[in-house]
Amino acid sequence: MDVRAQISMVFHLDKCIGCHTCSIACKNIWTDRKGAEYQWWNNVETKPGTGYPTKWEDQDIYKGGWEKNDKSINLRGAGKKKSLLNIFHNPHLPVIDDYYEPFTYRYLDLIESPAMDDQPTARPVSLITGKPIDIKMGPNWDDDLSGTPDYARKDPNLRDLPPAVQEAMFQLERMAFFYLPRICNHCLNPACVASCPSGAIYKRGEDGIVLINQQVCRAWRMCVTACPYKKSYYNWHTGKSEKCILCYPRLEAGYAPACMHSCVGRIRYLGVLLYDADQIETAASEDTSKLVESQLNMLLDPNDPEVIKAAKASGISDSTIKSAQDSPTYRFVKEWGLALPLHPEFRTLPMLFYVPPLLPVMASLGVQDKEQGDKLDPIAKFWNDDWLYDTSTDNLWGTIEEARFPLKYMANLFTAGDEEKIKDVLKKLMAVRIHRRGVTVGDIPAEKVQKALSEAGLNAEMADSIYKLTSLAKFDDRFVIPPAHREQAIEMLEFTGDTKGSTGFGFRQKPERGL
Amino acid sequence: MNAFIDNLLNTTNNFFLIGLPYIALVVCVVGTIWRYRSTKFKVSSLSSQFLEGKTLFWGSVPFHWGILILFCGHLIGVIFPRGVLLWNSHPLRLIIIETSAFIFAIAVLIGLINLLYRRITNPRVRVVTNAMDISILAILLIQVVTGLWIAYFFRWGSSWFASVVTPYLWSILTLQPDISAVSAFPWVIKLHIIGAYVMLIIIPFSRLIHFLVPPLDYIWRPHQLVFWNWSRRKIRDDNSTWSLKRPKNN
Repeated sequence: MDVRAQISMVFHLDKCIGCHTCSIACKNIWTDRKGAEYQWWNNVETKPGTGYPTKWEDQDIYKGGWEKNDKSINLRGAGKKKSLLNIFHNPHLPVIDDYYEPFTYRYLDLIESPAMDDQPTARPVSLITGKPIDIKMGPNWDDDLSGTPDYARKDPNLRDLPPAVQEAMFQLERMAFFYLPRICNHCLNPACVASCPSGAIYKRGEDGIVLINQQVCRAWRMCVTACPYKKSYYNWHTGKSEKCILCYPRLEAGYAPACMHSCVGRIRYLGVLLYDADQIETAASEDTSKLVESQLNMLLDPNDPEVIKAAKASGISDSTIKSAQDSPTYRFVKEWGLALPLHPEFRTLPMLFYVPPLLPVMASLGVQDKEQGDKLDPIAKFWNDDWLYDTSTDNLWGTIEEARFPLKYMANLFTAGDEEKIKDVLKKLMAVRIHRRGVTVGDIPAEKVQKALSEAGLNAEMADSIYKLTSLAKFDDRFVIPPAHREQAIEMLEFTGDTKGSTGFGFRQKPERGL
Repeated sequence: MNAFIDNLLNTTNNFFLIGLPYIALVVCVVGTIWRYRSTKFKVSSLSSQFLEGKTLFWGSVPFHWGILILFCGHLIGVIFPRGVLLWNSHPLRLIIIETSAFIFAIAVLIGLINLLYRRITNPRVRVVTNAMDISILAILLIQVVTGLWIAYFFRWGSSWFASVVTPYLWSILTLQPDISAVSAFPWVIKLHIIGAYVMLIIIPFSRLIHFLVPPLDYIWRPHQLVFWNWSRRKIRDDNSTWSLKRPKNN
């Protein structure tokens, strides 16, 4: 057992309000530069929607990620042979038009324009050429546009949904959507690392952050193709590729990543996961139906004495093990089984996890319950038709079985198409609500609550802790990472033995006798 | 008067065929080391495919494969002159090698024209174009045009290259320059040789440096790379002393 640590994030999608504050925080810190204007290391997508870059999930177009072969797996659009043969022209490289041409406005024209008959305007200009352009696309161009033919209906995840189901999804008053914040997944089997001919991309052993060494990158651009999440971006100005760095300079100083720190809905959780690195290849080569399971099986229980022993033998520091024991991500992902990886079928073993949203699923009760209706706010009652959603049900899982949002769609996102897994998670989320309603409102009989909990595989205690970490968690409960051992920071960069005996400030050579 | 012209010719020949190659070699070696050590961030192929990909295909692909094969052909002529002559001893084989070289040179020419056209006409690509990019394309264009000219008008280049130019290049490399044969060459051939030296000189100062960093180690490298700031496992081991190996990512 080769135990390694990974700093991993969980996104609670029910809590995401789609405000893009994370994207702006990230942009202001990292990508507000020439050549990086179009790079959104963090972006928030409306689902269903085409995403950024357009239709990034469609690997028939972008050829990202791994595919299974007879024995193991190989990169779909890159890899040793393909990369070297296509090094002069990468046939699967997305170009700037697949993202958008970055733009600004000539604001000064508003101020400096001479007196005229017409109002001055601030024309949009390209940030590449500096010339006026017609804006055709932006980073969140399909924001909130669920149901539109150009965006939502072209979502690659709708691929294997029957046309009737798709039509039902987009009926005006039944339409539902949710937000999907995305950053680099800091995968365990990163396709970008495997595809880089220069060997410039690497995974950090201590915390699992995937980084591109800017000094070694030679602009062969294979990582852009290989990353199925399209989270490696080519900087057209410097001629180097760049990607999300999980704000490692902040992490090392004990601060949360900018996207997480600025999150208004407090949807993000960051913590350590311990995993068994020996299982990476077998887990990534599993059959599609077993991918989620095999990935979750790699994650180790940090309270298990055997695991602790193996972790210590693998050189994991005690503070990291302690953080792993307190990790909110471990609780969401393993202990409660609420969080799932995004597109496990890309086989990169992504290490960010998503709690699938329950809200767009719940609804579509045929006739509104009279008793329930009386409890509703008078304003809500104004729309007295049958599409308002209702959190209490007579038959326990009615809203999930008759979801207004096809579970297949959700399954295509988070479980490689397995609806049962999604259903399990949603049932758990529902059971927590039923339990808490029993506690706070008290209008649900105890047996019914008990039945809901046991059918979902929870107990009252677990449901309470899920509720606490979901709704009441303070920042320190959501953000649990080990210290970067600043007292040892010098050893992270240099071997101190080399400079032992040297003279000190500003003078780093050994005081050796000259010739 | 004649003596003066002879003198001038001699000096010019000496400069371009003896002085220039040594300048080129020194500048290339020292300059590359300096560039790689001091401004490693700037060592990049500076691909512009992200801004424009379609025309690039018809430029970059024929150009790169063509120039790679032609470069290897010249290199083989320098390293194995006897082998080349032996191969050329049969007329059919000579014609095969000359024709294929000519075809690859045509590919390079087509590629270069496309690349130059793209650089000049595409507004996005023009943003990432500097004077050096244009100069490189111009020098390469001169090289391939003179090369085609020589191949067509001064037959059979592969043979006389191996028997005349190779000894000259070796005489330069072994520090015993002998230009008696090459100084009698027509000016086109001399121009082609001088062009090669000029390209050596600009390698460290231009994007041509990417030609020195081909990612060949990718072939035998493992797919995944995990770097540790320091090997905790080694340090935790009480039986061994501290590792003296420097961390790799530093």
